[in-house]
Amino acid sequence: MDSFFSRKYVIQAIFIAITLTLLLRIFYIQVMDDQYLLSANNNVLRRLIIYPARGIILDRNLKVLAQNEPVYDLMVIPGQVAPFDTLAFCNLIGIPKLAFYRQFIKAQKYSLYRASVFEKQLSAKTSAALQERLFEYPGFYVQNRSVRYYPDSTAAQFLGYIGEVNDREIEKSASFYNKGDYIGKSGIEKSYEDLLRGQRGVRNIMVDVHNREKGRFFEGKYDTLAVSGDNLIASLDKRIQLLGEQLMRNKIGSIVAIEPETGEILAFVSSPGYDPNMMVGRQRGNNYMKLLDDSNKPMFIRPTQAEYPPGSIFKVINALVAQQFQAIDYNTIYSCPGGYRYGYRGFMKCTHVHGSLNLIGAIQESCNTYFGYTYAKMVDKSGLRPINGFRKWREAVSKFGIGSKLDIDLPGERKGLLPTAELYTKRWKSERWGSGFNISLSIGQGELGITPLQMANVVAIVANRGFYYKPHLIKAIGAKKIIRPEFTKKNYVGIDTQYFSPVIEGMSRVVKQGTAYYSKINDIEMCGKTGTVQNPHGENHSVFFAFAPRNNPKIAIAVVVENAGYGATWSAPIASLLVEKYLKDSISRPKYYTDRLLNANLLPKKPIPLISKRVRDSLRLVFTKDSLKKLPQTKNSNAKPKDTLKRNLTIKTPKKLLDTLRKNIPQKNLKKEKDTLKKYISTKKPKTIADTLTKNKPLLKLQK
Amino acid sequence: MINQRSFFFNVDWISIMLFISLIAIGWFSIYAAVYNENAMYMIDFGTNSGKQLLFIMVAIIIGVVILLLDSKFFYVLSPVFYGVTILLLVAVLLVGRNVGGNQAWIPIGSFRLQPSEFAKWATSLLLARYISSLTGKLNDFSNVLPAAAILFFPMFLIMLQPDTGSALVFVALIFVLYREGLSPYFLFAGFMMVVLFIGTLLFTKIIIIAAISIVTACIIYYAYKKNKRIVATTIATFILSLVFILSVDFVYNNVLQAHQKTRIDLLLGLINDPRGAGYNVNQSKIAIGSGGLLGRGYLQGTQTKFNFVPEQSTDFIFCTIGEEWGFAGTATVISLYLFLILRLIHIAERQRSSFSRIYGYAVACIIFCHFFINIGMTVGLVPVIGIPLPFISYGGSSLISFTVLLFILLKLDANRMGII
Repeated sequence: MDSFFSRKYVIQAIFIAITLTLLLRIFYIQVMDDQYLLSANNNVLRRLIIYPARGIILDRNLKVLAQNEPVYDLMVIPGQVAPFDTLAFCNLIGIPKLAFYRQFIKAQKYSLYRASVFEKQLSAKTSAALQERLFEYPGFYVQNRSVRYYPDSTAAQFLGYIGEVNDREIEKSASFYNKGDYIGKSGIEKSYEDLLRGQRGVRNIMVDVHNREKGRFFEGKYDTLAVSGDNLIASLDKRIQLLGEQLMRNKIGSIVAIEPETGEILAFVSSPGYDPNMMVGRQRGNNYMKLLDDSNKPMFIRPTQAEYPPGSIFKVINALVAQQFQAIDYNTIYSCPGGYRYGYRGFMKCTHVHGSLNLIGAIQESCNTYFGYTYAKMVDKSGLRPINGFRKWREAVSKFGIGSKLDIDLPGERKGLLPTAELYTKRWKSERWGSGFNISLSIGQGELGITPLQMANVVAIVANRGFYYKPHLIKAIGAKKIIRPEFTKKNYVGIDTQYFSPVIEGMSRVVKQGTAYYSKINDIEMCGKTGTVQNPHGENHSVFFAFAPRNNPKIAIAVVVENAGYGATWSAPIASLLVEKYLKDSISRPKYYTDRLLNANLLPKKPIPLISKRVRDSLRLVFTKDSLKKLPQTKNSNAKPKDTLKRNLTIKTPKKLLDTLRKNIPQKNLKKEKDTLKKYISTKKPKTIADTLTKNKPLLKLQK
Repeated sequence: MINQRSFFFNVDWISIMLFISLIAIGWFSIYAAVYNENAMYMIDFGTNSGKQLLFIMVAIIIGVVILLLDSKFFYVLSPVFYGVTILLLVAVLLVGRNVGGNQAWIPIGSFRLQPSEFAKWATSLLLARYISSLTGKLNDFSNVLPAAAILFFPMFLIMLQPDTGSALVFVALIFVLYREGLSPYFLFAGFMMVVLFIGTLLFTKIIIIAAISIVTACIIYYAYKKNKRIVATTIATFILSLVFILSVDFVYNNVLQAHQKTRIDLLLGLINDPRGAGYNVNQSKIAIGSGGLLGRGYLQGTQTKFNFVPEQSTDFIFCTIGEEWGFAGTATVISLYLFLILRLIHIAERQRSSFSRIYGYAVACIIFCHFFINIGMTVGLVPVIGIPLPFISYGGSSLISFTVLLFILLKLDANRMGII
């Protein structure tokens, strides 16, 4: 025992105190504070989204219109690659050795531990050959994913296309979509997106510090499975759709065919069309720009977006409305001296001197004079002031679905144009106007804009003798064959059934012995009406609508061919071929008959400048305020006044916009602008998670 | 005195049991740290856990050999051990291999020798021999000076490597000197230095100087009448503190290395960089903190298994224990250490010879210093200083050196009735 024995207790006390401090600290971070547990889970947990297969789209006979096709991407994890025979490998996947190294270095730069795509979209054959020998190439593997495939390259505007979501769509979906997700951008793909996309699944995995997958989190307790999208059965009949597309090749226009007893759309041709497969795969971006730049506007969905004055087919509506108004009956006779005289000097020419005609004859001969008188009687002699007579007429016509949307299940439908009384009051600066001030409405010219879909719907109404079902593109959804309730509701147009008989008789004679005689089909009684729409910008538009057979109609069809001339020459034969194909599944007409239609090229001879809104036809640009002036050609931009430039900017075609800008920025500034842009892009390169992780490897080396 | 010749006679079995528990816990933790679900054998000499098994066997053999030696051996040869160690420490500066910035290793075949590990017990032995041979008080200047020289010479050589962590351990031997009669003022001074250093870095100098001025004034006011000596000491302390405070900036900026400054700043919360410089400690805290009360279960720790924690089988081995065994595990390990250290102090105090007692204290202090700095570092109480956790961390040199350290004491203890 020495004198400092008691110091033993001091030393022990210090040691115990320090140890208790440690213990308290550990108790705090382990038991009291749960932030560390959260951080630990954040470290290891990754949520992977499993994408479901998109629903497939079938036609009414259950033939595939859109399906998913597997593609094979060759992936590489550079950190796992061992030396191998690169030449054999290059030969196997068919790329030059240089491309191999370039790609490999790119993958290495991205991350050593994370997979990146080495070669996109290998063919099934290559991937099969590769799969067999993959064991020789550690670090490489084949990953399959599915892309949309349209087996017959048909009905592009009908089906639409899918693409990566943009910021606005993400925002609109309340962040349901994430960057890089695919979404329907147009057509059925867009309007039935909710059903087609299915339900996403989630897989929770654990990763290590290098982001390598290390197994499932909690044995998959929080994982969910992906549910495939619903399959859709479209109302389309692929046979006549394909035939219609062939016939409309090298023509601008539309075909819409409707089954009158259901409202289902049988054919939906917008010409010029494009191959929907162009909007899939590696060349999508290029193709998209090409289509946007095409002056014939293949991306324009003409059946629902192009508005035309209907021309003579409008006489059918006028005949029905006039009978309902008791303005005429089937026996009313007017005499045609070769035109209709109105006002003091007005004269509306007729095609021939028809003499005396009753209603049936007037429809058969498409007599302008007859309908001039009829319209005048409806408007001027209805017992009301002419302006109110016009209002009454307008209301009756609008019930045919003209001037309003039909709410088809396709995005971007236009409502067309049915002028109001106020329009004329404003134009003539007085309410004292009558039929003479807008007599062209009697024959379907003037301030009318009707889409091909509306035309087809009108003829479906005639076929049904007084009602229609909303035209729709989808017959059944999924396995349950549910049809939306609004598609089974009858919409009456307010015309009594008996008034249809003379009109139908007239339409029957149009085909039997009238203007569309050339389009007569053996054994099938088709009732139709031709139209030749006057077009201030060029050749007349050829229009025809018809239904068949006369009793118990199965198909109602409208055909518009722009700048083609008479309705009887182009539209009517095309419609008759489709009707025959649909009803009899074969075509009895001789080869020269179809060849003439197939080989005709009615496209505009030279490209037409860009268009923002269409009123008269689908190609020319006409501003609403200034319906006659055409946009000055972009090439003479020096002479362009300031306000036209402004209008130009509203056109949403990036390339055009860029051109315009380029022309208006002085050359030396342009270079500067370009440089800043380049700089901006190079600094904005996205940082990947892998980058941050590898950068943040422990910086401190511990001392030994 | 029946069975005196049996070499296990009188051996302190409690210490040996604690020793065995710690190395067992160590081996299982190393196994968990390097554990990989795919292709893993329990014993694979290519992995750290396999190698550690070899080291354990070697350590146990060495321990038994030490128990077989004569206890006089250590007393007599302590200058030789010390001399050889100093030679090795010089040699390592000349021919050593540089690993991770430290010139601390001498390669011998496929193994590497770390002389600083052996310096701990060689210095302890010589220190014990020197102090036990003193006749006067340790407080005398002529006696302290050689003791300080014995202590600081190897420490200085280790600082040159530069291995601050290992050098710092020698400071813990101040407790030994205190026990043997060094004025408590030195302990107090050390304590004050730490407080003032941290204080100066956290607050401005004016505040610190004001604070110690007030404290000094109070002490002088109360003690003036009663005890003149306390007044003198207080004033001396005050002046020394002022000098120290004013030199903190210089030391901090010119003596410490950049990474050491960063570690101190991180600890004091002056900088916050969990992805960069603070990565190690942050991940270590996450791993330990995520263990909760009972842990995730053996081999279930995600943070250590997926390599989020760096250096996890050596300096950060405590993370594996914390994550997989939770507070139950960490408290157990800490209790084992405390128990071992208190047991060693108990052993030291029951020695008849002052040589053995001093050596016993040295062993307790060295183990305690390692234990406190290592665990304190993993939970963010101490700046990052890379020294191993005794008996648990992976590494042959450290395991063998701690075993030698402990078993020499046990041998001396077994022979405590004899005369050295």
